[in-house]
Amino acid sequence: MKQKRKAFSGIGQLIIPLVALSLLILFNLFRDPGFFSIGVAVNSSGNKVLSGNLISVIDSASELAIISMGMTLVTAACGGQDISVGAVGSIAGAVFVKVLLGASSINGGIVVLGIIACCLATIAFKLFNGALVAVFRIQPMIATLILYSCGRSIAYWISGSATPQLNSPIISAMGMTIPGIPVPTPIFAVILVGLLLALLFKLTNTSLYTQTVGINQGAARLNGINPILIKLLSFVILGVCVAVAAVIGVCRMGNLSHKTLLVDIEMDAILAVAIGGNNLGGGKFRISGSILGAYIIQMLTTTLYAMNVPPVNVKAYKAVVIVIIVVAGSPVVKSKVTAMWNRLRSGGSTAAVQKGVRG
Amino acid sequence: MSAVKTERAAKRREPLTNTSLLMLISVCIFFFMYAAAIIFMGDSGFTKPQMFFDLLNDNAYLIIIACSLTIVMIGGGINISVGGVIGLTVMACALFLNGNGIENSFLSILLTLLLALGIGLAFGVGQGFLVSYLDIQPFIVTLAGMFLSRGLTTILSVNPVKVTHAGFLELVKTKIKIPWLGYTAQNGNLIPAKLEIGAVVALCVVVLMYVLLRYMRLGRHIYALGGNQQSALMLGINVRRARFSSYVISGVLSGLAGFIFLMHKPTGNASVAMRSEMDAIAASIIGGTLLTGGVGNVIGTFFGVMILATIQKIIGLSPLKESYWQDMTSGAMLGFFILLQSVVLSSRGKKMKLPDWMKIGAPKKTA
Amino acid sequence: MQNDAVLTMRGICKRFPGTMALNHVDFTLRKGEIHALMGENGAGKSTLIKVLDAQNAGISTVYQEITLCPNLTVAENMFIGRDPGKSVHWKEYEKRAAAILDGLGIPARPRQELSRCSLAVQQMVAIARAVDMKCKVLILDEPTSSLDEKEVEMLFKLMRDLRARGVGIIFVTHFLEQVYEVSDRITVLRNGELVGEYAVADLPQVELVAKMMGKDLNDLADLEQVGQKSLGGQEVVYDARGLSSSESRPFDFSIRCGEVNGFTGLLGSGRSESVRAVFGADRVTGGKVQIKGKTVKISKPHDAMTHGIGYLPEDRKRDGIIADLSVRENIILALQVMKGFFHPMSRSQMEKFADEYIQALQIKTASQDTPIKSLSGGNQQKVILARWLLTHPDYLILDEPTRGIDVGTKLEIQKLVLKLAEENMSVTFISSEIEEMLRVCSRLIVMRDRKIVGELSGDDLTQGHVMKTIAGGEQ
Repeated sequence: MKQKRKAFSGIGQLIIPLVALSLLILFNLFRDPGFFSIGVAVNSSGNKVLSGNLISVIDSASELAIISMGMTLVTAACGGQDISVGAVGSIAGAVFVKVLLGASSINGGIVVLGIIACCLATIAFKLFNGALVAVFRIQPMIATLILYSCGRSIAYWISGSATPQLNSPIISAMGMTIPGIPVPTPIFAVILVGLLLALLFKLTNTSLYTQTVGINQGAARLNGINPILIKLLSFVILGVCVAVAAVIGVCRMGNLSHKTLLVDIEMDAILAVAIGGNNLGGGKFRISGSILGAYIIQMLTTTLYAMNVPPVNVKAYKAVVIVIIVVAGSPVVKSKVTAMWNRLRSGGSTAAVQKGVRG
Repeated sequence: MSAVKTERAAKRREPLTNTSLLMLISVCIFFFMYAAAIIFMGDSGFTKPQMFFDLLNDNAYLIIIACSLTIVMIGGGINISVGGVIGLTVMACALFLNGNGIENSFLSILLTLLLALGIGLAFGVGQGFLVSYLDIQPFIVTLAGMFLSRGLTTILSVNPVKVTHAGFLELVKTKIKIPWLGYTAQNGNLIPAKLEIGAVVALCVVVLMYVLLRYMRLGRHIYALGGNQQSALMLGINVRRARFSSYVISGVLSGLAGFIFLMHKPTGNASVAMRSEMDAIAASIIGGTLLTGGVGNVIGTFFGVMILATIQKIIGLSPLKESYWQDMTSGAMLGFFILLQSVVLSSRGKKMKLPDWMKIGAPKKTA
Repeated sequence: MQNDAVLTMRGICKRFPGTMALNHVDFTLRKGEIHALMGENGAGKSTLIKVLDAQNAGISTVYQEITLCPNLTVAENMFIGRDPGKSVHWKEYEKRAAAILDGLGIPARPRQELSRCSLAVQQMVAIARAVDMKCKVLILDEPTSSLDEKEVEMLFKLMRDLRARGVGIIFVTHFLEQVYEVSDRITVLRNGELVGEYAVADLPQVELVAKMMGKDLNDLADLEQVGQKSLGGQEVVYDARGLSSSESRPFDFSIRCGEVNGFTGLLGSGRSESVRAVFGADRVTGGKVQIKGKTVKISKPHDAMTHGIGYLPEDRKRDGIIADLSVRENIILALQVMKGFFHPMSRSQMEKFADEYIQALQIKTASQDTPIKSLSGGNQQKVILARWLLTHPDYLILDEPTRGIDVGTKLEIQKLVLKLAEENMSVTFISSEIEEMLRVCSRLIVMRDRKIVGELSGDDLTQGHVMKTIAGGEQ
């Protein structure tokens, strides 16, 4: 009994997202057994690529998954969410495109330079957010509302034209597939960011410090942790995530559309964090939960597409599922379910006694 | 003797409350800005009262939802579904007006209004229940509300729906003419100033909500709840009911805003009032409402909307014609106000605190 | 005499899991008296108040923490939540509030925003609200703990006025002098039991302290010794001259290697604030600090930690535990911080340390992975203790390490402190229980009103001496 509990300890917060994901998978299997079949197709540039709903889910969720990871850290450290990630992503895309178009031709070196410039830009903007939150103690949502409302205009101002095009095999390799490798490149980006974060957690105390600051800022200080630095760090990491997501987004489209690049991704990212069982009030977190949340959201979307729901209507169904998931995870419902479960397990007689004592 | 003293004590001028101070700042900035616009850009229309009325006409719906957000934010919550509810209401009302086939024009419009309010009420009750009685974070609940309303809008119709109902179009054209605020056109005709019905409704909403927040028990309970939830409980206030009510009011006002929007632009469209929730939040903040709860006032919010509207108008009429300048100046304006509030409040010895809804699930002791 | 009792309680019992919080306690409050309810922490005062407050019949309680809304006006705070009307009549409120405030002599204006009033006035507004609710019994729970002298005087005037109107006031406080200033009678509780009820005139201050501590002045001699006290070596480990922080007044203080000393004084005397200044927990405003003869600058906790100082904070829940983190993470936290951001310990290393200290301090926990918040208070305290022992500090500050934990664990901690001193660690030990301090400390620094008023060591270390010094010259 004890052994069992130990084995499952720690995945507690993942139970609801895992159940949600399995229900989605079961639903799809039941609806269309071929939903998960993976085939090989030839894409527009003549490469052999894997195709199928599953690949499509994992591929299209990439930007969301990457940003959710950073969002989890900001949520954990600051107890609030950043709603400017989409807008800052748009700026990042503009910087990236600006650097690439500034060069005479697009080659590997210039792409690396573009990515670096793009990271620096997002880090600068995120430090601005972070300073408002950590130093001026402004609510994260309010602090990031500024860039939310004007970020896309800044992006347009930087890029200077409506939809600059990027035509290069490097760009399409980064946004879709590398010739010879049948797996979409964005999936590797998710794995890369995930590994980098894992490495960061392995080599530094980011995880422990972030949780400590999020749970009890005062006690963190008394144990020698600087809460301001930790909060800024979380914003810097989010900045890098946003830059990567923006580059993927730009490469996927082959152009920059400052109005639609990563549009509304902040809302989905916050949802992914919440669905992953993380507390939006900060503290303990699990990046894996948020990643799971991101894939649940994408799986849901793809499922709805497969059921011939028009893309614009997807939001309505998504809302219903979200409400079901958060209600299932709400403290009130949880405690009621636990009480009922205990009563069922301990049998009617004990329940009666318990009630008597309470009365 | 004592009575006289008491009287005098009551009449003594009090230092401004945080609510009034922040409101006063935004009112002053508005008048300063408008005066500057009249002086430096007079020839582009700011000297005419019609300019002011146009600002009201164009932003009537925003004034209403900004008020609704102010109420929720005073109670320490947030509601980001208001824009979506407007979109849904506009679409539903447009379809209903075109398709209901009721002969009596007045009845048809009345039923449309009820439909608008009903949609808002349904969203308000649903979200209020989830937030107040199931303790779910309002951001997530109202985000789901936003998705649902936007999704339902496109389920109703993906294509724009033009209102063809003659009676309603008549209503749209109806404007209140105020001759003595008009101006004489170049050909010598007097053009009276025109105010739309929607703008009048919006002003009424501001006044009503002011009265509700200032003079009704419910309003005061919402302030108490946002000030300190624990204390509010100890003072014998039904905290859950107050919070629930704030979301219901917010929902109904969003429905009303949808109807007003339709009266301004009689076309249903999937992108109606897109992102207007954030404009409403920004207006509330500029008007002196704190997201942390307990501080704020709808009069301030009204001026918040007007500040945002005026600055966009000024930029629109200035040489900086590119549309991004409007967003950038609004963003800068918002940043300026946020920092100003942070500085003003901390200089008053008050630190920003987390609102209670941010703490759900992780009860933290506020030292 | 019995007729003018407004409140009589007989044989009150209250059981919490594991302890008897109140055991057959009697309590009588008369009309128009101020009745002090005294006892150390855990004596059962708050439980008794909660039992009373639940009765709801003309009883109002004003708690230490203000339970009014800071963003509303004074008048509104007095009427909100109890006016059955749907609308607010400001004029009416303000008039009534002005009359009540005026009548009670409270220096607040009805239209003032509550957050702009001083804490004392906020406290008084809460009292005014209670009084207007026609209460016959008013309970004041530690109303003076955050007030300065002048404010306390104002509050006392109000209490005396209310007494003259026939309101029975139960006054809970840690400040002895205040008890003697305003109270008529005193009821003393200890460990959930009634010690006795006395008229103020019949109970000298020293005797009151003795009753609260549970020792008769006569049998102070036979103290059970938990171990050999350590006088310490010659080397001065820590020395501060004129150290002051945003919360404490300048003071001098030093400790030698292997010495156990203590700060004593009643709650609010400034003992916690002093050690917080030593650790850099509050903003340090001045003073010169030397560690092992070298002048150092300690302006934040991290500085203190790198100079080998550990600090177990007074408020375990607020400042100590990281509630949602596991026992293991809570144990290794301080050591991990000292190792640095870029040198995380391996999981096995953490587990080893955690196991070692769970064993050594006999921490009762299901596993290392259990969140610390689900442990009992005593075990939480041991985890925090383990956290600091793991850093092997030269100088360890323990502020109320034994508060709210059971007797067995208390003894363990006392023994541990003496053992640490033997191993040449310097320890500052703070406790509300003098008896405990006498067992472990070889030198006691006595504080009153945020000032050091005496230093006792050697033969002076007797309960009588300490109590006299705490209570002050007048007896």
